[in-house]
Amino acid sequence: MIGLEHYLTVAAMLFVIGIFGLFLNRKNVIILLMSIELMLLSVNINLVAFSSYAGDLVGQIFTLFVLTVAAAEAAIGLAILVSFFRNRGTIAVEDVNVMKG
Amino acid sequence: MIQADLNIILPEIILSVYAMLALIGAVYTSQDKAAAMLTYLTAIVFALVAFWIAGAGQATNIAFNGMFIDDGFSRFAKVTILLSAAAVLVMSQDYMSRRGLLKFEYPILIALAVVGMMVMVSAGDLMSLYMGLELQSLALYVVASFRRDSVKSTEAGMKYFVLGALSSGLLLYGASLIYGFAGTTTFSGIIDAAGHGPAPIGLLIGLVLVISGLAFKISAVPFHMWTPDVYEGSPTPVTAFFATAPKVAALALFARVMHDAFGHNVGDWQQVIALLSVLSMFLGAIAAIGQTNIKRLMAYSSIAHMGFAMMGLAAGTAYGVQSMLVYVAIYVTMNIGTFAFIMSMEKDGQPVTDISALNMLSKTEPTKAIAMLVLLFSLAGVPPMVGFFGKLYVLRAAFDAGLVWLAILGVIASVIGAYYYLRLVYFMYFGEDQDDALDRRSAPLLTSVLVASAIIMVVGVVNLFGIEGAAQMAAATLVN
Repeated sequence: MIGLEHYLTVAAMLFVIGIFGLFLNRKNVIILLMSIELMLLSVNINLVAFSSYAGDLVGQIFTLFVLTVAAAEAAIGLAILVSFFRNRGTIAVEDVNVMKG
Repeated sequence: MIQADLNIILPEIILSVYAMLALIGAVYTSQDKAAAMLTYLTAIVFALVAFWIAGAGQATNIAFNGMFIDDGFSRFAKVTILLSAAAVLVMSQDYMSRRGLLKFEYPILIALAVVGMMVMVSAGDLMSLYMGLELQSLALYVVASFRRDSVKSTEAGMKYFVLGALSSGLLLYGASLIYGFAGTTTFSGIIDAAGHGPAPIGLLIGLVLVISGLAFKISAVPFHMWTPDVYEGSPTPVTAFFATAPKVAALALFARVMHDAFGHNVGDWQQVIALLSVLSMFLGAIAAIGQTNIKRLMAYSSIAHMGFAMMGLAAGTAYGVQSMLVYVAIYVTMNIGTFAFIMSMEKDGQPVTDISALNMLSKTEPTKAIAMLVLLFSLAGVPPMVGFFGKLYVLRAAFDAGLVWLAILGVIASVIGAYYYLRLVYFMYFGEDQDDALDRRSAPLLTSVLVASAIIMVVGVVNLFGIEGAAQMAAATLVN
């Protein structure tokens, strides 16, 4: 029987993979965008699991909002990435270093 | 029913409809030629909405089943946000247009960000919190990379985007846990589920994640690493905007979540916020010492100031929230003046941000130098400037709440931080003579904003322009 805790475990694993993807990845900014998407989607699993467990629809409505915002966020991220590529000619993470910090 | 709800969010509706109409109108008609007019028009709309909200009375209105709260606290924050955004827009027009940066999207994006902030400070539900925060953040990512042909600006936008998205993810994960363990997303439901005393463990984990997400937005240490780069890379008017309105909104949201959703569990979050506050004050004070770029310096300065504002929040009392509101209003006023000065720094028509350019400014530009001196003293917290009273307020709030160690550390950090503000003063008055001084271009608007801000810092000591009483009423509606 698959219960609430299994869904929460999967969501937590995906979330942690997303965070590690952000910090360990040194190659490509696109992978950062994918990691961010992974984090947001793992939250959606969490919300839907809680919502179905509690028999309360609010969580699923929240999920719809999160999906919409994630799409808008990806669009803006890619747009910034394109203008960065035009200036710098590369999208490697280690080249995002004109300013120290 | 819906009519009453819509009436309550009318200011937000008007601003967002204004932004969309302006976007369509500018696209179909004159495009960038109307940008200057649109910038001033947006500033006027902000100011009108601010006065409308300020005169809206004392009532607490709740719309959409608790999703949106319009109370004294949110009105105080909204007025601060709108007026500071209007001031920044007015200041930026000249700077942006002389560098070919004034596109009509700029005021529209600022307007949308401001709508997001207004939703944030009025949020009564995790969903409206998230939507407001994202509306603000998405607009800010774009304005950070507004100078599309500059590596620095696009890099700033990229860094801000990646770290901002990470913080939204953390906040959202925390929100999902809070929803799961409280069974509801409204703050009034969460406060019941959390009960008195220590909160259940699931809610605590959610609370910590939400705190980290919010700490990112106000750039509190250890979530500050984006701040110096974004401040340095963005065009200066955008930096001025980042340093003012979004900080007010994020701090107000912080206070709202802590007091409305976890108000009975002060012990659970007080230590976390006190720690964030101490780290921010010290890192902001120490790391700024080595900076030579005035925009990076202001970034560390804003980190330190956010630490002080959080000290008021850490007190966990109504007086603490009042002191936080007073502090942040003073901080915004000082920063607007300081950035008016930074925007006017030019050599041969090019903007400069190196602090060595300030050498012996007192000889060439005595008025600006004395106004800047007042502002820097105020930022450092030297009495009798208004900035000192802001610090006094938060220190007293922490002291009264029993956080004596926090207040003592705050005083130490403030003394360390005074060094780099005074160093700027030293450059202006006792620095070396140099041949290539700053341009003596007359920018009456920037100079008058700078001087007005400096005068407020001196004259305000009389009664702080009555903001004390307003903040007290605002805090009383939040904490009960």
